[in-house]
Amino acid sequence: MSPVEIVRFAVRGLIANRLRSLLTMLGIIIGIAAVILLTALGNGASQFIQGQIAGLGANSITIIPRQPPDSAGTDGRPLSAADARALADPQGAPDVASVSPVVTVPASVDAGRASSDATVIGSTPTYFSGANVQLGSGRVYTEADVEAGRKVLILGRTVADDLFGAGSNPLERDVLVRGVPFRVVGVLAPAGEGQGLSNPDENVLAPITAVQGSLTGFGDLGQIVVQARSTEAQAAAESEINSILDRRHGIDDPELRDFQVISARQLADVLDQTLSAFTLLLAAIAAISLVVGGIGITNIMLVSVTERTREIGIRKALGAPPSAILGQFLVESIILSLVGGVLGVAVGFAGTLVPLGDFRPVVLPAAVVAAVGVSAGIGIFFGAYPARRAARLRPIDALRRE
Amino acid sequence: MTVDAQVPHVLDVRGLSKVYGEGETAVHALRDVDFSVRRGEYVAVIGQSGSGKSTLLNVLGCLDAPTSGRYFLEGLDVAQLDERQQSVMRNRQIGFVFQAFNLIPRTSALANVELPLIYAGLGRRRRRERALAALELVGLHGRSDHRPNELSGGQQQRVAVARALVTGPALLLADEPTGNLDSESTTDVLALFDGLHRSGRTIVLITHDDEVAARAERVVVVRDGRLTEASPRRARAW
Repeated sequence: MSPVEIVRFAVRGLIANRLRSLLTMLGIIIGIAAVILLTALGNGASQFIQGQIAGLGANSITIIPRQPPDSAGTDGRPLSAADARALADPQGAPDVASVSPVVTVPASVDAGRASSDATVIGSTPTYFSGANVQLGSGRVYTEADVEAGRKVLILGRTVADDLFGAGSNPLERDVLVRGVPFRVVGVLAPAGEGQGLSNPDENVLAPITAVQGSLTGFGDLGQIVVQARSTEAQAAAESEINSILDRRHGIDDPELRDFQVISARQLADVLDQTLSAFTLLLAAIAAISLVVGGIGITNIMLVSVTERTREIGIRKALGAPPSAILGQFLVESIILSLVGGVLGVAVGFAGTLVPLGDFRPVVLPAAVVAAVGVSAGIGIFFGAYPARRAARLRPIDALRRE
Repeated sequence: MTVDAQVPHVLDVRGLSKVYGEGETAVHALRDVDFSVRRGEYVAVIGQSGSGKSTLLNVLGCLDAPTSGRYFLEGLDVAQLDERQQSVMRNRQIGFVFQAFNLIPRTSALANVELPLIYAGLGRRRRRERALAALELVGLHGRSDHRPNELSGGQQQRVAVARALVTGPALLLADEPTGNLDSESTTDVLALFDGLHRSGRTIVLITHDDEVAARAERVVVVRDGRLTEASPRRARAW
């Protein structure tokens, strides 16, 4: 007997009980849709955060001071301009491309009657590439500006909008930063909400010498921004930074460091691991619903075998070999789960078209392939027992059943 | 049609017993039965309900295995066959007609008749030809698209006969084929059996109805699991 006939018998059997077939399928549809949707959610979230991290600057490394643990017995040393100069040494740190000392101070920025609360970032021209800050119009400050301590200022988009109106281009205008006059020479490109760790649109950038001279004084650095030579060199650059600063700060136990090296790479790694675990958790929950759907198939196929015992008896009396009966019921359950799986993929896809907050779910092609494969497997696994029971029925027992 | 001693046996049963249960509660449905049927014979097995005649038919149809004794069908020892080979035997050598018709519900008469041919592995076109021919033989070629619930009892039983015949089996086994039919349909179906007998089919028919048994050329009686030949009857004028 040909496989085509077995499939035809199975399809007829399913159509004879349309509603029941549909409800059984529903369990698989929900399970597969849940797998597709939840893995897509995890994947979408991951891609969203990867994009955010890319905004931090791919090769960027930030060093910030930190309070060492109590066991160190000291308050630790702050980051100094000398630390920054040491990191710029091409012998000791060959994988470092640029070093930008940074001081930051919150300040109100005023222009006429308009005022904006901003964070003033004083640094060197290398900061722009090191921190991945994009200029929108005008110019960045130069090395000459830094050496001369010129009070020139580059406004974040939000600050410019607050002071001079939306979309304005206030080049060569004078503003007061904590009452100190600065001249606007550039405006940053809008970065958008939540891009990076802080919002660059609310920053204003000036030469570090000008900020120290008029606002903070020539003290410690808030942070040091380092750019690695390449993405590949980032890990090497990090270890060079650690060893140089350990030596300068007299630290021999990394646990007791009074500084912290943060990179986009580290952040990406940590977030990626967290998200993978999260996605796995979602997939596991979805998998449970698949198992429940599979047990639904076993249940319904057992009912079907019991209900059709007499039909099985007739078929056996007419010469159906055990393999034909086994095949008929097994194919029924495979069709149930496979059609359910395909419909589930469709439902899952439809679900991903709904945007959720900032990010869209992104369907993993591998999840689709796996879902369809798994649903066929469910059909075989959960259909095997009822089908074997049908095939093993003795014809006389099957025929006697009313 | 006379039966010649030279005609080979279609079925041959030796010392057949069937016991249900064990020990004190054991029921001896068949006790040491010897029975054979030659090609072209029309045999009626009569007996009261519980006499063991249905058990005999189930064993003859390879639906049930005997407790002891041997059963040769077309010269083959059925006990030596595995489950798959027995299903082939049922498919090729035996055609069943049941009291309850046992058509597959929600399936057309044609599809019901095609079913044994599907299990025999015949292609679609040849299946259709032979099924239509079988339906024509029982006078139902105009009803091939009807489902069982759209047919009368007599028509359903004729579909069942067509299904039993379609593989060209060596043996037609009928278990109370007229038990669920009114007298008119009974006459139809029995006439059909007469015709099949005339055309050389081997028929074993179980009944408790003497009228039905009277149509056969040989009658055996089952009583308390034992089989005896009925006294030879007068020759009947066809």
